[in-house]
Amino acid sequence: MSTPGERVLIKGNEAICRGAVDAGCQCFFGYPITPQNDIPEYMSKVMPNLGRVFVQAESEVAAANMLLGAAACGVRAMTSSSSPGISLKQEAISYMGGTELPAVIVNISRGGPGLGDIGPSQGDYYQAVKGGGHGDYRQLVLAPGTVQEAYDLIGKAFDLAFTYRNPVMLLGDAIIGQMMEPVTLGNPKDTGNKSPDLGWNLTGKGQRDPRLLKSLHLTDGALAGHNLHLRDKYASMEKDVLFENFLVDDAELIVVAFGSIGRIAKSTIRKLRASGKKVGLHRPITLFPFPSRELDKLAAVGKRFLTIEHNLGQMVDDVRLAVRKHADSDFYGHMPGNLPTPEDFEQPILAALGVNS
Amino acid sequence: MKNGKAAFTLPGVLADVPTHYCPGCQHGVAQRLVAECLDELALSEKAICIGSIGCSVFIYNYLKVDCVEAPHGRAPAVATGVKRARPEAAVFTYQGDGDLASIGMAETMHCANRGERVTIIFVNNTVYGMTGGQMAPTTMVGQRTTTCPGGRCADNEGEPIKMTEIIASLGGTAYAARVAVDSVKNVRAAKKAVRKAFEAPQNNLGLGFVEILATCPTNWKMTPVQANKRIAEELIPYFPLGTYKDLMWEQTAEGTEVEG
Ligand SMILES: Cc1ncc(C[n+]2csc(CCOP(=O)(O)OP(=O)(O)O)c2C)c(N)n1
Ligand code: SF4
Repeated sequence: MSTPGERVLIKGNEAICRGAVDAGCQCFFGYPITPQNDIPEYMSKVMPNLGRVFVQAESEVAAANMLLGAAACGVRAMTSSSSPGISLKQEAISYMGGTELPAVIVNISRGGPGLGDIGPSQGDYYQAVKGGGHGDYRQLVLAPGTVQEAYDLIGKAFDLAFTYRNPVMLLGDAIIGQMMEPVTLGNPKDTGNKSPDLGWNLTGKGQRDPRLLKSLHLTDGALAGHNLHLRDKYASMEKDVLFENFLVDDAELIVVAFGSIGRIAKSTIRKLRASGKKVGLHRPITLFPFPSRELDKLAAVGKRFLTIEHNLGQMVDDVRLAVRKHADSDFYGHMPGNLPTPEDFEQPILAALGVNS
Repeated sequence: MKNGKAAFTLPGVLADVPTHYCPGCQHGVAQRLVAECLDELALSEKAICIGSIGCSVFIYNYLKVDCVEAPHGRAPAVATGVKRARPEAAVFTYQGDGDLASIGMAETMHCANRGERVTIIFVNNTVYGMTGGQMAPTTMVGQRTTTCPGGRCADNEGEPIKMTEIIASLGGTAYAARVAVDSVKNVRAAKKAVRKAFEAPQNNLGLGFVEILATCPTNWKMTPVQANKRIAEELIPYFPLGTYKDLMWEQTAEGTEVEG
């Protein structure tokens, strides 16, 4: 557990672990895959010493289903992986969505498709946001842009998971996971209550009626009712939308970028501002719920948009949907396998501004 | 009633509702044995059941205990998560052969190997029941199913997997036995085995595993009586009944069997 206010220089992956431990994570289930191995390694050292659970599962499939079991008990539980491993976890994520179980899943994503490479990429946006598992479900997705944010958002992820009884994914990449930055540690939230009765979770029935957690709905109309209930729940998540606006007020062009790419784009924008270019940044922090309303507002006052991603163009679909009544968005995709620099984004931004440099 | 004595009473943990099982299906018998053992061991208040996929899935409608549903084959992993999160609970899975020995083979073996303090009730009816009688890993050589219409061929599909022998060989297993529910005598022995499969993890010795040879008259295309005969004549010779591992027995000073 951290000392509140303590300042430490740590990697993103460690920040995620420390954030989880401070947020009262009781169970961690993992399986090795680069570039997130620091997470299970750290948790294997720290969790047992705190009297908490660490299990190295036999596969990502098993890890995600262990998570399902712990989540059904109502304890704060988490798993982490990287892209191919997240694909294997999707079955359980869909079941947790259908069963309405609170769980935190970390994806320190890498390049794909397939085995791809182990470098940074944002190729898992669709999978994270549109649902890589089967059926009509959504998960909350949080995308940190700094190591501090990685620490803060993992605590937020647990809170949101329990508020909505829903899986929450923290979507980072190799940049966030491997980068070291100073982090101010917060107030540990661990209540020490390992077996709370939340009114829905499994505790062993004792004297009360038995509880059943399931996603099977066979009677006529039952699934329709459940899906409509889920729709309303997902709509209510709108109030937890998070984003960062940077120098947007007088901007003609707003760059939309998330995670580490948002952070790199911010450096480009600072530089272009110094030479008088009217550009700003909108960085979605929750990818679901997506900050559509904010983007719509910006579009309504005449802003133009350029979406920058570390992929072939995925989030740009959501940006276009958000701004469609007033504007469109250009797109610049930096390919995985390369770590972009702020300079890489200069030409695409100037081109979108209509400036020939 | 015979001589004023009830032949059976409903175990308190068994819900008094009609089941959806086909006539002669022995899922009902297996679930009754589970219910009787939960009652006798006074475990129902702290039991957490992991339902799986297949005809067994509705166990949660028939047992009055806390339950969660697992994806196909993953019940042992879900049970691991439940037990680790809530060590005081009596955690058990209830799974068919397709579930446990095919898609969930890895989860089953690793759960046993880690010695999770959970109970696995494994109902082996040599077919996929719910999906309409396709071949299972336990389908007998020569047995016709909808996906081996010419009969299972060892060259092509391998031999029926003997799960209890495999589970007994793993370090974390405290108790492993194979039983059948085709005769009164075998049902009595099955009950003892189910009871021990619950006691082993409760005594913190490791995993408790019991394989129950059971009928699926519908997909075997047999009457319940013919199906019972098939268990005795065809299944038991290949899947021998008995206790394959019993740390509780080994732990008694005299080496005498612990009675149920
Ligand atoms: C991932 C997945 N694959 C396939 C299925 C379809 N399915 C449902 S039940 C079943 C077979 C179950 O057979 P078994 O475990 O032998 O149980 P039984 O019905 O015989 O009791 C299958 C394949 C599924 N639900 N999920
Ligand atoms: S299909 Fe077979 S296993 Fe399923 S209920 Fe009918 S007899 Fe039982």
